[in-house]
Amino acid sequence: MPVLDDYKGQVPAWCPGCGNFAILKAFKEALVELGVEPRQLAIVSGIGQAGKFPHYTRCNTFNGLHGRSLPVATGIKLANHEMLVMAIGGDGDGYGEGGNHLIHAMRRNIGVKVFVHDNQIYGLTKGQASPTSMEGMVTKNQPFGVLSEQFNPMATAVALDCSFVARGYAGDPEHLKGLIISAISHKGFSLVDILQPCVSFNKINTYEWYRQRVYRLGPDHDPEDRVSAFARALEWGERIPIGVIYRNNRRTFEERVTVIQDKPLVKQIIPFRDLKEKMKETLKEHY
Amino acid sequence: MLGETFARPNFLGVPFLDLATSGGGNKVMANIVAIGAVLGMLGMGIELLFDVLLSTLKKRDEDTVNRNKVAALAGYNYAGHNCVQCSFSIVQLSGQKMLLSTNDAIASGAIASGCKFYSAYPMTPSTGIMLYMAGKAKEYGIIVEQAEDEIAAINMALGASFAGVRAMTGTSGGGFALMVEGLSLAAMTETPIVIALAQRPGPATGLPTKTEQGDLLFALHAGHGEFPRVIFAPGNPEQGFLLADKAFEISQKYQIPVFIMTDQFLADTQWTVEHFDLDGLFCNEYRFSGEEECGGEYKRHAFTDSGVSPFCIPGLASGLVVTDSDEHDEEGHIIEDTATRIKMVDKRLFKKLPLIEKEIAPPLFYGHDKPEIVIIGWGSTYGLMREAVDIASKKKNIAMLHFSEIYPFPSVDAFDYLSVLKGAKTTICVEQNATGQFARLMKTETGFECGTLINRYDGRPFMLEEFLGELYARIG
Repeated sequence: MPVLDDYKGQVPAWCPGCGNFAILKAFKEALVELGVEPRQLAIVSGIGQAGKFPHYTRCNTFNGLHGRSLPVATGIKLANHEMLVMAIGGDGDGYGEGGNHLIHAMRRNIGVKVFVHDNQIYGLTKGQASPTSMEGMVTKNQPFGVLSEQFNPMATAVALDCSFVARGYAGDPEHLKGLIISAISHKGFSLVDILQPCVSFNKINTYEWYRQRVYRLGPDHDPEDRVSAFARALEWGERIPIGVIYRNNRRTFEERVTVIQDKPLVKQIIPFRDLKEKMKETLKEHY
Repeated sequence: MLGETFARPNFLGVPFLDLATSGGGNKVMANIVAIGAVLGMLGMGIELLFDVLLSTLKKRDEDTVNRNKVAALAGYNYAGHNCVQCSFSIVQLSGQKMLLSTNDAIASGAIASGCKFYSAYPMTPSTGIMLYMAGKAKEYGIIVEQAEDEIAAINMALGASFAGVRAMTGTSGGGFALMVEGLSLAAMTETPIVIALAQRPGPATGLPTKTEQGDLLFALHAGHGEFPRVIFAPGNPEQGFLLADKAFEISQKYQIPVFIMTDQFLADTQWTVEHFDLDGLFCNEYRFSGEEECGGEYKRHAFTDSGVSPFCIPGLASGLVVTDSDEHDEEGHIIEDTATRIKMVDKRLFKKLPLIEKEIAPPLFYGHDKPEIVIIGWGSTYGLMREAVDIASKKKNIAMLHFSEIYPFPSVDAFDYLSVLKGAKTTICVEQNATGQFARLMKTETGFECGTLINRYDGRPFMLEEFLGELYARIG
């Protein structure tokens, strides 16, 4: 069984007080609790402060391009669906640059677990607005305030029938750990949006701001009721729900890809000699 | 030559509609009359068409089949009786031949090389590769995924390749423009990938269903940063088949991106070809999964003499496979220090490059062994050049140099093609583009400047007669 030390990676280059530290801790604890070995796990990340996440733990890692972690994760999962495959990034990575991929990953219901460190600001590039920045937020790059409406990932995901939709909060790591465990245990695509205060660049959505608003969804919420899930997903402002907002049991993409029903693609390599003989037969179809 | 052809036209007027309806058929059957007429003019048997009608209309009633047969026969007989100048006789085939497109050939070459994953976004004229792969997916155990866009297509293929299976993508101009960042990612993470780039005329949407060789220098320079790549450009289906296999071989061996460039004319056209020789397939496995190579201390980007680090399949052994689009250390973790940066660039570029250069075959030389005239070309103009040399050889000392392995530019070690070029009085580079991109590349790489260019950029393939006209205008 894995222990916490197995997940000890490099020392993070995040700002002191960054919400990412709590997320990293909850993440490691969740994996140890689930008994996942680092070798069974592949994390794909993009670019941003959250993109550096896999280096701060231990796992198979593909730290790729900004916004493109989901296609890479999809490729890995299709090649070897026995692996636990995660995509980790920030709100710019997942909801801005990678928005189209998010929509289509939800459609496929590929068994990739997505964790978005949502700090509502661009931290790596030092404080420009992100897709989830609140309307009116003034930054150096948005001197007249953010003019576009805030992107709502939870409502979008419920609308697209995403098979697991949850929101966590870096300021409630115990609850977050539970969500990470649920997301990993869920069969199919999981989106977990994690509210993460950025102490350096987001002076609006601070720990204090979240503390006053965030509340845990209780047993009265039925995450399998899509209509009420949508109502919860729309909640933002005075009260912000955290917890599993929506889930369903749609068949996963891996369950529907014919050629990998017996074993993963990576374990189906045909010896070259057989391949050559087979191809001789195939070419005869062209006579 | 064209003038001659048009000065003595041979036409046969066939009353298609009358023939279609006179035997009890309807107007739509004029098509069948026309096919029958062509067979009649060529002096071929009508039974072939009857067989096709039977199999195509197998779900229809007998009367429909018979009325089509009557229409076919009407056209066949009309042409046979009325075409006095038709004196064709069919030469019997020497043996069975294959009918396939170069897209089919590239796909089958990729499959024979062990391709297990193909992700792409449909785009003319590259789509045929994906269609062929999809048709063989079940039989060979291949995942073919239609991605949401070309960016996703190349990134998915890279994910699958990283995870341990041979992966490929295919596209055309605008689609490849979207893949360019992913190309650079393949280079930095040293993840093998094969990219089929079927060209069509640009810029932008250009002439989507026409042909051009306008993206050679784009493919050569695409991607930010400096990294090695290989470009192949087959001239016919057989070269497409074999170069697809070689593309996988080189890509896996050196962990680099390899291109197979075609164009609409070559990619989508159906060809009759001799069988392919499968004994030349490479059949080398370059991935590791055992504990010995992939144990706990495994380093994905370990420094080696060749620059190539053993590439383990993640998840199958205890070692972790870590890579990054940021500059990284041997383990794959992000770095910024100067010493590691320099060593990594040296590893990816300068250590691998001389080895890759040795893999590249020289151009195909055909014609007079001491030619006064040399035609130079690449990719799809192979057949045109060869036929032109055969015809012009009757009057001139002429030869051709056809390049199908374009980059790294072939060295003169195996065959000194430069001395052939320098010994010729006239050198002519034929290209299906406006600016002579290959001629420019050759000058850059070898210093040899081609004497004259023949370019066509109207989106239509060269016709032999037109090309000979252009050729004779230059060589007298």
